[in-house]
Amino acid sequence: MFAPEFSYHRASSIAEAGRLLAEHPGAKVLAGGHSLIPILKLRLAAPAVVIDIGRIPEMKGIAAGNGTVTIGALTTHAELASSEIVRANARALAEAAAQIGDPAVRNRGTIGGNVAHADPASDLPQALVALGATFRLTSPEGARSVAAEDFFEGLMTTSLREDELLTSIELPAAGPGRGSAYAKLAHPASRYAVIGAAASVTVAGGKCTAASVVLGGLTSRPTRAPSVEASLVGQTPSEAVIAAAAKNAAGDLGDDLMGDIYASEEYRKAVAHVWVRRALAAAAARCAG
Amino acid sequence: MTIPVSIAINGRRYDREVEPRLLLVHFIRDTLGLTGTKVGCDTSQCGACTVLLDGAAVKSCTCLAVQADGAEITTIEGLADDGGLHPLQESFWNKHGLQCGFCTPGMILAAHEILRTNPDPSDEEIRHGLEGNFCRCTGYQNIVRAVRDAVQEETS
Repeated sequence: MFAPEFSYHRASSIAEAGRLLAEHPGAKVLAGGHSLIPILKLRLAAPAVVIDIGRIPEMKGIAAGNGTVTIGALTTHAELASSEIVRANARALAEAAAQIGDPAVRNRGTIGGNVAHADPASDLPQALVALGATFRLTSPEGARSVAAEDFFEGLMTTSLREDELLTSIELPAAGPGRGSAYAKLAHPASRYAVIGAAASVTVAGGKCTAASVVLGGLTSRPTRAPSVEASLVGQTPSEAVIAAAAKNAAGDLGDDLMGDIYASEEYRKAVAHVWVRRALAAAAARCAG
Repeated sequence: MTIPVSIAINGRRYDREVEPRLLLVHFIRDTLGLTGTKVGCDTSQCGACTVLLDGAAVKSCTCLAVQADGAEITTIEGLADDGGLHPLQESFWNKHGLQCGFCTPGMILAAHEILRTNPDPSDEEIRHGLEGNFCRCTGYQNIVRAVRDAVQEETS
């Protein structure tokens, strides 16, 4: 399969990418290419201009400092999965990244491309919402920060404007008694998330003081499970308490559900609590350390 | 519109003018005539097009040639540097890790990626590492044996 013809520009800095985006309305941004190239080959998009940002040094790397972990948008899934900083501060994100596609896909796909594409069957969006991530967006007019929760608007739709570039993602560093985890029912052939559950839990004095539970794969955008969270806070996160809380997930999902030939809407809704329970149990087990 | 690229493949540098939409796999197969790398599904699922880009396995059907500008690529033809067989190729031969052979170049380069990131993988880790490579002769059992054999050859 061949992509439609396009003209190609390679940006060497964020500023240059911003200028190119302003000059070429409707241009598509290319990072690792693992979302864009399939779309071009299937002719679901035919942009006149593609702007390659894959070599911009300021958009690479993972750093920790001042209570924040900063992840460059060009960080690959393989780098996320193996980063000691990410594993120590945002285990759910490392686990989600490790379960994307296969090793060769993880060597090329990037966190920025993944979230800007906002595929509902993806893994990173729900992990980033559960971990309280903030996305840094820049345009020639300036930069702004958007909470992950507000970034995802719907099926492959985000609050990223056409002239904006997602340059980095910030996460709060791990705090005392906090743990996170990601549990996934993967499609057996494609490895896309049929159900992906991300959980972040804080435990103090044996009681859960905060919980963040977000589901993806079965809804058009990451969906928070407030009843699950509310039934955990104030409780001792025992196996029974977690299992009972997880059962509330179906009610939180509402009617915004997606099904396909492999897993119907009803099936996904019925079993979602299993993946929520697994993510919560793993997250709670990590709170001690 | 064409773009100049300079891509080293199996140790030899090629300077060419390419269309921006040209995929790396077509650059390798059609522009350079190195047909060891296969096009299978063309949707980054089957792994027949796997090559090493700066040492790491990638699916060359989901990479533009312009993205590989300046990179060092290794294809199955260049895995062994002395004209003989790489230990993984020997193991695939010895353990009958192929039937029709179409998936084999990608399988061997995916196996190379497993050993690059984990020199002593368990059978389960080998199977997970080969998740992105399909064999439609149903030969996975012997492929896993072949990778394990290569590990044992390396460590013995």
